[in-house]
Amino acid sequence: MSTSTNALYSAATRSVVIEDLVKRFGDFTAVDRISLETHKGEIFGFLGPNGAGKSTTIRMLCGLLRPTSGKALVAGFDVAREPESVRQNIGYMSQKFSLYNDLKVIENLRLFAGLYSVPRKVVHERIAWALDMANLKGQESMITATLPGGWKQRLALGCAVLHRPPIIFLDEPTSGVDPISRRQFWDVIHHMAADGVTVFVTTHHMEEAEYCNRLALIYRGTIVALGTPTDLKRKFMRGQLLLVECEPLGPAVEALQSAPDVLDAAVFGNALHLVVPEAATAIPNIREYLGARGVTVTRIEPIRPSLEDVFVSLTTERDVARKERN
Amino acid sequence: MRWNRLLAIAAKEVIQIRRDTRSLIIVLLMPIVLVLLFGYGVNLDLKHLPIYVYDRESSQNSQDLLKRFQASDYFDLVRVVNNYPDLLRAIDDGHAKMGLVIPSDFSEKLHDGGTVSVQALVDASDDNTANVLMNYSQAVVQSYSNDVQLQWLQRRGQFQQPIPLSVQTRTWYNEDLESSAFIIPGVLALVMSVIGAFLTSLTIAREWERGTMEQLVSTPVTPLEIMLGKLIPYFVLGMFGVALCVILAIAWFHVPFRGDLVSLFVSSALFMVVVLAMGFLISVIARNQLAASQIALLATFLPAFLLSGFLFAIEQMPQFIQLITRLLPARYYVSALKKIFLKGTPSSMLGGELVPLAIFAVVLTLVATHAFHKRLA
Repeated sequence: MSTSTNALYSAATRSVVIEDLVKRFGDFTAVDRISLETHKGEIFGFLGPNGAGKSTTIRMLCGLLRPTSGKALVAGFDVAREPESVRQNIGYMSQKFSLYNDLKVIENLRLFAGLYSVPRKVVHERIAWALDMANLKGQESMITATLPGGWKQRLALGCAVLHRPPIIFLDEPTSGVDPISRRQFWDVIHHMAADGVTVFVTTHHMEEAEYCNRLALIYRGTIVALGTPTDLKRKFMRGQLLLVECEPLGPAVEALQSAPDVLDAAVFGNALHLVVPEAATAIPNIREYLGARGVTVTRIEPIRPSLEDVFVSLTTERDVARKERN
Repeated sequence: MRWNRLLAIAAKEVIQIRRDTRSLIIVLLMPIVLVLLFGYGVNLDLKHLPIYVYDRESSQNSQDLLKRFQASDYFDLVRVVNNYPDLLRAIDDGHAKMGLVIPSDFSEKLHDGGTVSVQALVDASDDNTANVLMNYSQAVVQSYSNDVQLQWLQRRGQFQQPIPLSVQTRTWYNEDLESSAFIIPGVLALVMSVIGAFLTSLTIAREWERGTMEQLVSTPVTPLEIMLGKLIPYFVLGMFGVALCVILAIAWFHVPFRGDLVSLFVSSALFMVVVLAMGFLISVIARNQLAASQIALLATFLPAFLLSGFLFAIEQMPQFIQLITRLLPARYYVSALKKIFLKGTPSSMLGGELVPLAIFAVVLTLVATHAFHKRLA
């Protein structure tokens, strides 16, 4: 990001600032020189496959891992030098459910209220607020272990925000949660963002990424694209996207890899997504090309790209570039 | 350090201990079981050792000698056999610890003023028992022999010559020479090692295993607050275990308690801090409950059992081992306990025990706090 862009946001609105952040574990570089900024009240998504470096980044931002090099400021505090100040100003929800299963709902809330030094006068009110937000009213004396997965996630979120932190970090908050609970969870996140809380969330669910204000696509430890979901779909797709339903699928995708007009071909569910320079000219050519190779095309039409298409397109580009470099 | 965070951790720990019945059972049952086990089971006093007799003479004289064996607390004259193989079999089978053979010319030789040999076959598979048997039977025979000599002299009209030297023994501290009085105070050290190190060794490792540590360390709580918050409940529990042991020892086993409760409390509290810090340190290093509990057992229970002077006198150990025992906190605690219970030594004279314990407590607490990082890797 350029200096002039930086100047647009005052220090108060830049809740997370990362510059050239690197984390190595031995020979393995988990996070490779990433830089980004988030703004107050924004839902910032960190999208990428498992092992891309999402959790490692979030753990560095919470002061749980020491960066190998580079700089990260969270709420104005340096994560390497002032981890305790960082922790007082954030809420963190780890990937694995990590509240105390043998404690009651209310006991978990009281514990975290104590750990975050929530003033005695407002503890009661904050816990009531968290229960309300997490939709757990009336469940105070349930043993946490007996709660359904989605409820546990909301309780974990409630515990993480008792001290009203300006920034919350959510590491794959909805993994292993049913779709309805997932939607409820995102409703809660949107409410918090509307209250001015910055939400930094990692996910590998593409449809979840659509809920974010801005996204960073992370792949093999580097950020391959950054922008709003709409921006990403517009800017980073080279050409247009076609949906192809045909039979048999396997030979078709193989044949299309080397077909003229096809920039990329990938299987999506029981259909193919093709990237082509221009849909109007490509459609008849592809029909003909596949027909000549014994593939029956039942449907072929231009579609709006999803984030997944953007992601596949960008990561394929990276992998090709890597191979060429080697 | 913020008290609200420390208290939050401590309150959580108390709830978890209360819900985890296994650890509560360990804390409540362990002292009782160990004190009973050691109070009854481990008896270093050898009494009522079974012996068989092959009396080849069966005379008035031989009966006199056997009566003296019977009269002693140390022997139980189980059976009189009338052949040698039966005697040997009894020893082989373990029915007899010793076989006594009285020769057929017993009275004749006594009468003539010659020397008679009584044969004692001792099962020496347990060297300690064998030693005791040999010494005790020597003493019985010696006293009989003195009496015979006296009678012999009297018959000849001579008077007994005074014995020039004799030892007047008085036993102090454990007047009745009861080994339970010696052992039971040491059981306290064992109980505390188990409750302290074993249970706390699980607490940190359990949080790493269950993933709860990741949430905990993402909060502003400091390592010292986590450690103190976790250890204070276990400290109270451990001291409760000590109190149980003391009550059992005094009320049930009648172990004399001559010292003051303040000395007992101070030394126990110091040792409690030592074992809790050790358990915590082990837990921090192992990060795995199984490994942590194994290490805790090896690092605290075994030394407390073998090298603390609880059962085996340190002075009797090889020089090298004696030096090692100086590094064991349990040694100082056991020594303090024995002095407090049996000798009634006041706190002011327990410096040799309390100072090393205090040093261990401070050093281990510092090491444990520094070893615990709030980072994941």
